[in-house]
Amino acid sequence: MSRPVVALVAIGDAGPDRASLQALTFARAIATALGVGLDAIVVGDSAVEPKPAALAGRGVTTALVVDHPTLTSDHPDGWAAAVAALVHERYEAVVGIGTERGNDLLGRVGARLGLPVAANCLTVEPGDRYRVARQRWAGSLIEDAWLDAPQKILTVAPNTVTVPAADASAAPALEHVSVSLTERDLELRVTSREAPARGSISLGDARVVVGGGRGVGSTDGFGDLEDLATLLGGAVGGSRVVTSAGWRPHADQIGQTGLRIAPEIYIACGISGAIQHIVGCKAAKHILAINTDPDAPIMGVADYAVIGDLHTVVPAISAEVRRRRGG
Amino acid sequence: MNILVCVKRVPATGGRILLTEDGSEIDTRHLGFTISPHEECAVEEAVRIVEAQGGSSTVLTLGPPGAEEQLRDAMAVGIERSILLETDGRDWDPIATAGAITAAIADQEAANGPFDLILFGNESADSGGFQVGIRVAHSLGRPCVTGAKAIDLGDGRITARREAGDGGWESFDVPLPAVVSVKEGLNLPRYPSVPGRLRAKKKELQRSSPTWAAGGLEKIALRLPQTETTQATVVGLGADAAPAVVDLLDRLGVLGG
Ligand SMILES: Cc1cc2nc3c(=O)[nH]c(=O)nc-3n(C[C@H](O)[C@H](O)[C@H](O)COP(=O)(O)OP(=O)(O)OC[C@H]3O[C@@H](n4cnc5c(N)ncnc54)[C@H](O)[C@@H]3O)c2cc1C
Ligand SMILES: Nc1ncnc2c1ncn2[C@@H]1O[C@H](COP(=O)(O)O)[C@@H](O)[C@H]1O
Repeated sequence: MSRPVVALVAIGDAGPDRASLQALTFARAIATALGVGLDAIVVGDSAVEPKPAALAGRGVTTALVVDHPTLTSDHPDGWAAAVAALVHERYEAVVGIGTERGNDLLGRVGARLGLPVAANCLTVEPGDRYRVARQRWAGSLIEDAWLDAPQKILTVAPNTVTVPAADASAAPALEHVSVSLTERDLELRVTSREAPARGSISLGDARVVVGGGRGVGSTDGFGDLEDLATLLGGAVGGSRVVTSAGWRPHADQIGQTGLRIAPEIYIACGISGAIQHIVGCKAAKHILAINTDPDAPIMGVADYAVIGDLHTVVPAISAEVRRRRGG
Repeated sequence: MNILVCVKRVPATGGRILLTEDGSEIDTRHLGFTISPHEECAVEEAVRIVEAQGGSSTVLTLGPPGAEEQLRDAMAVGIERSILLETDGRDWDPIATAGAITAAIADQEAANGPFDLILFGNESADSGGFQVGIRVAHSLGRPCVTGAKAIDLGDGRITARREAGDGGWESFDVPLPAVVSVKEGLNLPRYPSVPGRLRAKKKELQRSSPTWAAGGLEKIALRLPQTETTQATVVGLGADAAPAVVDLLDRLGVLGG
């Protein structure tokens, strides 16, 4: 049991990203509980030489840099092969972040090694087998489970771990490791990329989001919500009911199978508050519900409510905003 | 193209989740069942491809006898035949699930020839392991693209497009046979028609009962996250609430100018 624990980290010009620090923090807790060392595997484009100083203060003994002439972040199977080989050879446990990419990568590692993967963990009690708490239903439910395997593979639920300030521990030693990858491993690769669209305020970044649900009633019904959102420099989103009905594109869907938003205020109009919707908007600082039903479940998560028909309330709010601006 | 879609029966939870007294399960006495929206899109994609190009479509699930309902739902919107890997209601972890699905695929392919395309949801609605499709693909030695929101058909190949981390898009061009896990937004699934539902009742359903296996991830219990349930402060009724709402927006610093 004296094998070390390893975390997967991506290091950019500004150092490790937030997600990597969360994985590293989680991995460090496992290593500390087991009394073993902590390493990091630097993932991404192997052409970029990371500065080990970026990982100082995180308790990392060795940062592994994979040397390979053609492996890049465009190769999901290539990275899975590299990580699987290193984990198999050296480690007690590997921790990554539970983003789409993180789960994809460690899922592939688990498949290669024939080992279980506990995705989106919140807490862990390491031992012979690990007791983990992990998210189900996108975080609406928690599962306590045993993870029982010769090497443990875990991803951490994003934004659930508090990353402490760096401490006095030294920067890790840098170790270049070579891995042998087959042609097969490198076959799957990103063949083209498109840059993000620029222009309008994205739902993910907006400080004000006006959301519409079944109560909006139609595509045209969103006109009033658009008007208010535009006035406040915000964006419009919606529930699954409105995207399934084709009133809004799926890109506007907030929730378990849509987007997670974190605005200053979320104004939820004609939305009942199903758990699958709430997981997408609970990171909003404030929620204002506009609903005809004072007993709708959303009243249990919203901070403020207006009881009434959104088709009269929303235009009245816009009119009041305009009045105060003197226009 | 011969296409297989894998779906999972899950409770259709609404406003809140209730657990059984021992915390082992979601209390489903008053709930209906469904599949993940991602998987609904996988079903729709298979139907569209076969409508456009010919071939065959099959839906498969590993689940309790009641999961026949989800297979019939898929057949009601146009899938031709179905396979039920029947369980006794116990949990199967991702390794065990993938193992049973892989074995069933091998049997099917030995009898009927290969599936050109196998579709999964990116993650199941209830357990969200993000891995069953990846594991099946690995066992079959086929390429696997996850999180796809568009699939374009080429000659013996497909291009699958997914969102990149930076808000842009990335595409993978892969040879068939291949495995793709998809996300909602891939298409807009149709609703079943009444004749579709009637036809679905007569479509083929093959059953078998694989043996349960441990996979290394074992559920102990379920619990609800600690969340403060607040009771919303009612700031007003109807249009008369507008001034109070604008005061609130002002206090929160989002009123702008
Ligand atoms: C696995 C899974 C994943 C899902 N993922 C998502 C997801 O990502 N996002 C999502 O949103 N849903 C998701 N859902 C669906 C979710 O369970 C609900 O069905 C959906 O969120 C309900 O949408 P709604 O609130 O618009 O509609 P309803 O639940 O029908 O609520 C409509 C509300 O509008 C109110 N209302 C009606 N008329 C008016 C009016 N004139 N003025 C004011 N109020 C009015 C009603 O009182 C009611 O509260 C998912 C479901 C499953 C099973
Ligand atoms: N019991 C099951 N039967 C059929 N398909 C399943 C089952 N469990 C998972 N899947 C498929 O695998 C995908 C990923 O599941 P998971 O790894 O649990 O997140 C799901 O979206 C389904 O397409």
